[in-house]
Amino acid sequence: MDFTTQAAPPDEDYRPSARERERERFRRSRRRRNTWIAALCTLFCLLALGAAAVASPGWERVHSLFLNGAEFRSTLPEILRGFWLNVQMFLIAEVLILGLGLLIALVRVTRAPGLQPLRLAATVYVDVFRGVPTLLLVFLIGFGLPALRLQGTPTQPWVLGVIALVLSYAAYVGEVLRAGLNSVHPAQRNAARALGLNERQTLRHVVLPQAVRNVLPPLLNDFIALQKDTALVAVLGPLEALRAAQIKADYDFNYTPYLGAALLFIAVTIPLTRFADRLQRRAAQRTWAEAGR
Amino acid sequence: MSEPLLRIRGVRKQYGSRLVLRSIDLDVAEHQVVCLIGGSGSGKSTLLRCVDLLEVVDDGTVHLGESELTDPRLDANLARRRIGIVFQAYNLFPHLSVLDNITLAPRRVHGVPRRQAEASALELLDRLGLADKAQDHPDRLSGGQQQRAAIARALATEPDLLLFDEITSALDPELVGEVLDVVADLKQRGLTILMATHEMGFARQVADQVCFLEDGVILEQGTAEQVLTAPRQQATQRFLSRVLDHS
Ligand SMILES: Nc1ncnc2c1ncn2[C@@H]1O[C@H](COP(=O)(O)OP(=O)(O)OP(=O)(O)O)[C@@H](O)[C@H]1O
Ligand SMILES: [Mg+2]
Repeated sequence: MDFTTQAAPPDEDYRPSARERERERFRRSRRRRNTWIAALCTLFCLLALGAAAVASPGWERVHSLFLNGAEFRSTLPEILRGFWLNVQMFLIAEVLILGLGLLIALVRVTRAPGLQPLRLAATVYVDVFRGVPTLLLVFLIGFGLPALRLQGTPTQPWVLGVIALVLSYAAYVGEVLRAGLNSVHPAQRNAARALGLNERQTLRHVVLPQAVRNVLPPLLNDFIALQKDTALVAVLGPLEALRAAQIKADYDFNYTPYLGAALLFIAVTIPLTRFADRLQRRAAQRTWAEAGR
Repeated sequence: MSEPLLRIRGVRKQYGSRLVLRSIDLDVAEHQVVCLIGGSGSGKSTLLRCVDLLEVVDDGTVHLGESELTDPRLDANLARRRIGIVFQAYNLFPHLSVLDNITLAPRRVHGVPRRQAEASALELLDRLGLADKAQDHPDRLSGGQQQRAAIARALATEPDLLLFDEITSALDPELVGEVLDVVADLKQRGLTILMATHEMGFARQVADQVCFLEDGVILEQGTAEQVLTAPRQQATQRFLSRVLDHS
């Protein structure tokens, strides 16, 4: 059946009516007003906070200990070099987490009776590693694994740190992905099977893309948390941003380096957060479009 | 004759560079049923969504009674309370029982006390033949029952105007009848309805006016008899012959 009508071609000689121009003027003035209100409120809050901080009795001390410009400039390059290690750890861990998390999620949603032991193992894994504080896990892996003196275990602290982060985060990401897999409507699976796709193709081309799309916001949320948690590896000693800042701070008796490290983390997480927001908005729009008709 | 209840003048709607509604002029008088027909993608849903303020028009005006709906100073939520809309599918809230679906707006938006809202909801359900489904959740209902419940929900706030967007096109043929009977009954009761439909036979039976939408304008308008039996425009003839061939 072809009931489709072609859209009318855009008309060049269209001129907005007086009414529409008037409406547009009103909308614009309201937008302008809203922008002003937002800006003024923000400015007022910032000023109030700033005034409260400056007026506090300890401000002088805090200013010289935390907000020392010269200290900031002199230590930032070192911290930045350390931060590069954080970024590397983040990227490597992320890939491994996605792989392991997906594996866990898939194992947990299958129903094949033969996979019962695997399912059990995955469940125990998630229970255990979600339950242990990440910092504690970093300690356990970082100091425990080398102590075993097994052949071939890595000994570099940052590698051990990445292993700990992967084990901890894969448990979270696995659960998020599992929720996503369960959120795909059963009719979709049936539709794919009806087209002759086999179990694997159905998963790969129909179920998984929708599952990931459904859980993208919480997934990105976990990524952002991971980016920050790379700093936990500092306790094992590798020269990443926090550790570098710590050394500088101890040496100079000044806390400004910590502030530098914090700014670096923020500089990465803010764009990530905005990106997550955008994806979320796009997903919401798509759902709207589907619901509207 | 007094002013028509709904007056659409020069309405234009564009999605990006895609012009969907070029300039729509349409009146719906009180107690009338007006059917919109036209090919898929001709903009029927878009027009209904513009009237219900789910979309912002790019030009033109829509008046409902005294008030101009397209006035940006107007509170869209207030205006919408006077309009009931039913879509093709996905109307009911799946987490609420049929009764709660129907009483949600009267209770939360219009402040009707629970007892009273439920009493009139049950009366409505009874009229639509759904009295025994009041406590069920939507997933326990057939498609036709779901659409009738959706109509009941739209009626519960006693709107001045009802908008129906192809409310039968997701239904099995044998369920179409029961929903259309409800619409015919609403017409008997004097409600004002603007509906998009693919059911030409039904349009012929109940519509006071039929409008054929194409190329972003209402190409032809008249009584059901005129438009469906003796269309003047070639495009209308082509459309009708295509549709009637298939049904
Ligand atoms: N949110 C949107 N963004 C972009 N284009 C859209 C959007 N909604 C609708 N359109 C386009 O506008 C046109 C009209 O769509 P509309 O849903 O109004 O058609 P219709 O007449 O209701 O068709 P049908 O009979 O199939 O329901 C279509 O070409 C559609 O692709
Ligand atoms: Mg439509």
